[in-house]
Amino acid sequence: MARQLNQMQDWARETRLTRARIVVLATLMLLVMAGLLYRYFYLQIVQNETFRAQSDRNRIAVRAVAPTRGVIVDREGRLLAENLPSFTLALTPERISNLDETLSALTELLDLSEDDIALFSETRRRTRPLSPVPLKYRLSESERALLAVNKYRFEGISILTELTRNYPEGSLLGHAIGYVGRIGKDDITPADTERYRGITHIGKVGLEAYYEPLLRGELGVSQIETNARGVDLRVVDRIEPTPGAQLKLHLDTELQRVAAEALGDMRGAVVAIDTQSGGVLAAFSNPGYDPNKFVNGISFGDYALLRDSRDAPLLNRVIQGQYPPASTVKPMLGLAGLNRGVVAIDTLIADPGYYTLPGDDRRYRDWILRIRGTGHADFMNLRDSIAQSCDVYFYELANRLGIDALSASLFDFGIGSLTGIDLPSEKRGILPSAEWKRDAIGSSWYGGETLIVGIGQGYMLATPLQLAVATSAVAMRGTAYKPQLVASVAGEAVTPEPLLSVTAPTEYWDEVVAGMVDTVFAPRGTAAGMRRGLNYTIAGKTGTAQVVGIAQDAIYDEESLSEYQRNHGWFIAFAPVEAPKIAIAVLTENGGGGSSAYPVARAMLDYWMTRHES
Amino acid sequence: MSHDFERVSQVSSRDLGSRIAFLRLLHIDLWLFIPLLSLSVGGLAVLYSASGQSEPMMTAQIRNLFIAFAVLLMTAQLRLETLKIVSPYVFALGLVLLVGVAFFGVGAKGAQRWLSLGFIRFQPSEIMKVAMPLAIAWWLSKKALPPTSKSLLIAAMMVATPSFLILQQPDLGTSLLVASSGLAVIYMAGIQWRYILSLVLIALVSIWPAWVFVLKDYQKQRILTLFNPESDRLGAGWNIIQSKTAIGSGGWEGLGWTQGSQAQLDFLPEGHTDFIIAVLAEEFGFRGVSLLFVFYTAILLRGLIITWRAQSSFARLLAGALITTFFFGLVVNLGMVSGLLPVVGVPLPMVSYGGTAMVSMMVAFGMLMAISTEKPVTRAMR
Repeated sequence: MARQLNQMQDWARETRLTRARIVVLATLMLLVMAGLLYRYFYLQIVQNETFRAQSDRNRIAVRAVAPTRGVIVDREGRLLAENLPSFTLALTPERISNLDETLSALTELLDLSEDDIALFSETRRRTRPLSPVPLKYRLSESERALLAVNKYRFEGISILTELTRNYPEGSLLGHAIGYVGRIGKDDITPADTERYRGITHIGKVGLEAYYEPLLRGELGVSQIETNARGVDLRVVDRIEPTPGAQLKLHLDTELQRVAAEALGDMRGAVVAIDTQSGGVLAAFSNPGYDPNKFVNGISFGDYALLRDSRDAPLLNRVIQGQYPPASTVKPMLGLAGLNRGVVAIDTLIADPGYYTLPGDDRRYRDWILRIRGTGHADFMNLRDSIAQSCDVYFYELANRLGIDALSASLFDFGIGSLTGIDLPSEKRGILPSAEWKRDAIGSSWYGGETLIVGIGQGYMLATPLQLAVATSAVAMRGTAYKPQLVASVAGEAVTPEPLLSVTAPTEYWDEVVAGMVDTVFAPRGTAAGMRRGLNYTIAGKTGTAQVVGIAQDAIYDEESLSEYQRNHGWFIAFAPVEAPKIAIAVLTENGGGGSSAYPVARAMLDYWMTRHES
Repeated sequence: MSHDFERVSQVSSRDLGSRIAFLRLLHIDLWLFIPLLSLSVGGLAVLYSASGQSEPMMTAQIRNLFIAFAVLLMTAQLRLETLKIVSPYVFALGLVLLVGVAFFGVGAKGAQRWLSLGFIRFQPSEIMKVAMPLAIAWWLSKKALPPTSKSLLIAAMMVATPSFLILQQPDLGTSLLVASSGLAVIYMAGIQWRYILSLVLIALVSIWPAWVFVLKDYQKQRILTLFNPESDRLGAGWNIIQSKTAIGSGGWEGLGWTQGSQAQLDFLPEGHTDFIIAVLAEEFGFRGVSLLFVFYTAILLRGLIITWRAQSSFARLLAGALITTFFFGLVVNLGMVSGLLPVVGVPLPMVSYGGTAMVSMMVAFGMLMAISTEKPVTRAMR
């Protein structure tokens, strides 16, 4: 009984002891559970926004959607720069069990080069996992067919379609349109990096470069849900990109083609301007290049060929070629002479075939001297001097004007200034003056140099475009517009901007223009050779620019000079004379003289006048 | 030893009337059974989403649950006396198997935890989760409580040996759970508070040697990462960052079933196993988490009530230890997923995918039910 009682006491004591422990335990458990619940409350409610944002960052990848680049069309709506679907073979390495085997099989099938494979490996390193890596761009029709037939043999290969810039006219418009190329690291400023996310190409040259911001368009944004491995799952939200603007040019592709065909193999430049607006109707520089080669990266060899060629195919001669304008400045200087009163319409100047400055026995020869051994006539007036390109008259005129007035007059016609055409990298040429010589060469001006400048030689350099604009100013009796390739952007017409304004009495203009008409139509006009069969009127002026200096007594002998030392030929013209529509400047590099240039202008004017007869 | 059978009944019949007769007959404790079943069924819904709607995984888990509940019901039928008798042998068997693992174990992911019998592979450490509280309760209830220092020393050895073996596998999580289940018995047995305080002190002091000599590099990494997950965003910190993000983005209402982006888009690692509560939190929000807490708290309180009402010291020690072990595992899981505790491999009870842990837990709940539904001996004798 006592033992039982003892056990009873033990049991009761143990029960008390353990129950006390249970109370402590229960308290602890409830506290800990409450604490943990608070932890979840804290994460889910208090910090909800933070983690919500974090989760979205995890989940949603923001991808830029590249806009479609604006197309470029000519005045008739012909496509000059378009976006064509191009097919790219791509591999997803993660889905291919034996990559080397697949690559060698594809090499056999498509004749891949080692460069292709190397580029693939390089690109692969920069590509996100599980994404297709491009292997071969611009698959041809037959390559695509081959792949389609053999697709069952390969796993993880795909054909990507993307839009690639294409220039249907190739080298015909290479210089004017320019080209886009893959974006290099120097092509965009850090500030623009955002704008170009997802865009692979950028305008590098020509209109493509000049109008890059308009052609590019604005990026769209696509929010894509991805998983932890970065695999795209679905599009959550998408803001469509704004496509680039369509550019419509003043340019007429057919006129351009006529110019190119007329120029043939000759190196040179042709530019035609709508005198009413400054619109550039044709701008051709020969030789050119095929812009399509640059779009997806030109091979080093091809590029070296273009870069190192003596014929400088990469040079856009229309705006970058700088040549002595030679006799093409004579109408402008004639006007300046009349305007400034140093000569009158009926002023006659003796022409023995050469000119000497008072107190100097150096003879400044007229080009006619070596042909006829004498001058154009005993006395020459302005009109005939323009038509026959009499040097002696203009030596005298230049001498009377003096270099400062001469320079100022040509400045008024835009010589030595940028025209502001909508193309990058325009050159300004050189308009020499006493001041210019002091700054550029560091010596003072000599009177004889004024004479040389008076016939467009010496230091003076001009681009074909500058001369076309100046011609347009003569045609329009003093007014010329800024030359402009683009007529409208996204359907909105570009307003012509006045560029030159030369004021002179009408009779002065008439006299100068009459001289230019005679150039073509008078029997002794320097371009008389082009007048056969003309059924409209042309006012023109030839020019022959010396490439090498001819010594005092030496005779220019074309045969003895190498091709690259021959004279350049110029011809500037506008038509029709009564109501000028079109002004043209043609330069034939080492073409020998003006007679090499005016057939090009004739061909173009024929085309243009026929088209616009009505 | 015999006082279990000779005690005067303090047991009233107040809880008997409310029970349905067949539940009593089946030894089912309804207040434990309901939250367990709720968690299992609710857990299946979460798992469906967390597994990426994987049917094979669902099938397997449903099978696991059937096995687990069968084990629960079978264990509940055991008589306490039987448990008490077999406990030292189960413990000895578990110990032998653990040694076996050390020599013949097979492993995965650099850890050697499994023992293969050819047709079946299992983790002997799971046996220890049950064998440990049984054996310590058996040992300490042999003598009057509170235990003497000598008894305590032996009990401490019994706790330390298997825990160390499991730690060597290495399996820090299970090792801690097994050790805690033994220590819980010792605590229940009425060990003096000064011993407990000393133990805490020793634990604190041994942090440094443990860091240097015991913990593996990956375990250290996990602990370090806990304090600064950003230090290793894509490595060890990934789990913590992603699970906190999943939990935090849930808000009040959650993103909806199968709509959680963290879980569905594979940002959350181990979303169907140890980190499943992050899926629940993301998709069902704080409301879902609260409901989960209600069920777990109900289980804990019911376990404590069973302990309170247990009729013998052995039963009380065992019940107390079982519910404490359950609590400990729960806290470790809830704490690690929410970034409060280092990441150790402890599943969320009843919800995480996996059979072994569930079965051993159901053995524990089965024993709790056995304790809860035990007929008072005295009444039988009357």
